[in-house]
Amino acid sequence: MKSAYLDHASATPVRNEVIEAMLPYFRERFANPSNVYDIGSEAKRAVDQSRASVAGLIGAEDKEIIFTSSGAEANNLAIKGIALARQKKGKHIVVSSIEHHSVLNSVRFLERLDFEATFLPVDKYGLVSPESLAKVIRPETILVSIMHANNEIGTIEPISEMAAICKDKEVIFHTDAVASVGNTRVDVGILNVDLLSLSGPSLCAPKGTGALYFRKNVRLMPLIHGGIQESGRRAGTENVPGIVGLGKAAELAKTELPEKEPYVRKLRDRLVDVVLKKIEKVTLTGHSAKRLPGHASFCFEGIEGESLIFMLAQNGIYVNTGSACASKALKTSPVLTAIGIRADLAQGSTVFTIDSDNTKEEIDHVLEKLPTIVHRLRSISPIWGKEIPAYEEGVCS
Amino acid sequence: MKFIEGQKADDTLDLVCRMCPMHLLEPGDRLKCMTKGQVLEVLTDYDGALDDIPDWCSKCGHEFIGMEEDDEYYKFYIKKKK
Repeated sequence: MKSAYLDHASATPVRNEVIEAMLPYFRERFANPSNVYDIGSEAKRAVDQSRASVAGLIGAEDKEIIFTSSGAEANNLAIKGIALARQKKGKHIVVSSIEHHSVLNSVRFLERLDFEATFLPVDKYGLVSPESLAKVIRPETILVSIMHANNEIGTIEPISEMAAICKDKEVIFHTDAVASVGNTRVDVGILNVDLLSLSGPSLCAPKGTGALYFRKNVRLMPLIHGGIQESGRRAGTENVPGIVGLGKAAELAKTELPEKEPYVRKLRDRLVDVVLKKIEKVTLTGHSAKRLPGHASFCFEGIEGESLIFMLAQNGIYVNTGSACASKALKTSPVLTAIGIRADLAQGSTVFTIDSDNTKEEIDHVLEKLPTIVHRLRSISPIWGKEIPAYEEGVCS
Repeated sequence: MKFIEGQKADDTLDLVCRMCPMHLLEPGDRLKCMTKGQVLEVLTDYDGALDDIPDWCSKCGHEFIGMEEDDEYYKFYIKKKK
């Protein structure tokens, strides 16, 4: 059976080059990098080399990278670490309403510790308005966190504009770039951010890897206390094989991105064009232009995303309904609610994330199967055929 | 403990929010880049540094000039002696 894996936002296959780079650090180069003898120093050099590679991918300096166990940990460290380090200056935090759960739930945790949060609304494309951000910043605001690109609707936010507003007001700016690093150019200097989170599984590195960029001189309270690993900012013996894998994946991503971006964009554009042409009553969610190059997200009227995912999988096509962590909760996506998509239409949300290992033939396979499956599901749907606008009135501009 | 005020420094090492024993590792590296007679200011919020830094200075042969307490952290002043 033909197959097409189009869920790269959930996980990417680990590249062979990455696995090969990691293997010696499970075997003969297993030593603890904190040890002073030669094989320990060898492991430390590998960690340092990976730090340089990750820094190189995002235009940072080596010392500005902390390795973490995931993008979620990087987000937790950024949000809680900054809040706890700066709480004497103020206790107000601003985030957008479409952030990943690791940002939103970190902020909700801080609310229980008497921090105050403002959740910025977005427009129907998922864009945060820099003007609305400027309006909510006040003297006690210590941190703003707005994601670079949304994993569910693909929209890329105007980060440099918002970071400039924060710089002007001496507020720390963090961006969650888990969905964008490796998929589009990300440079911390151009984005002008103080902190940036990234995740290994988004760029063909193993699960259990991630990193946080923090600009020099930014104080960050550690979340994991213990020894001197990561310069005293995150304790725990380093995951050397994972870090080496992340470093190799970062090197490959940097080299290959100039070719990858136009390639996946072309595949994505074909998918979007044909789906919108061949299937009636389907809404492309997110911004049509300001979006990740390999990202396509739709809401199909009259069907449930879960059923669609299941039937596509039976035909060897693997996609998702929304964020991988949220889709099992069986509730309306908060991102789609925030952009004003009608609750019943949001049930038909489907996300395709394309990477360089996908081919035109795979997209053709999707375009052959998808219209038939949508038609079949609609034929048994109790809600199909009702004339209702896609967006809730008055929710978003 | 010797408390001082208004001490000038040639360089500052910010170790606020950094875990123990970074306050005993990084000053040595930074002092290596400084010249004899120059003063290093070390910022830390770690209470253990109140004992550790003066002890470390006497073990390593540097002069512990004194400390100043800020709202959020301590400032330690070390003169490079060798």
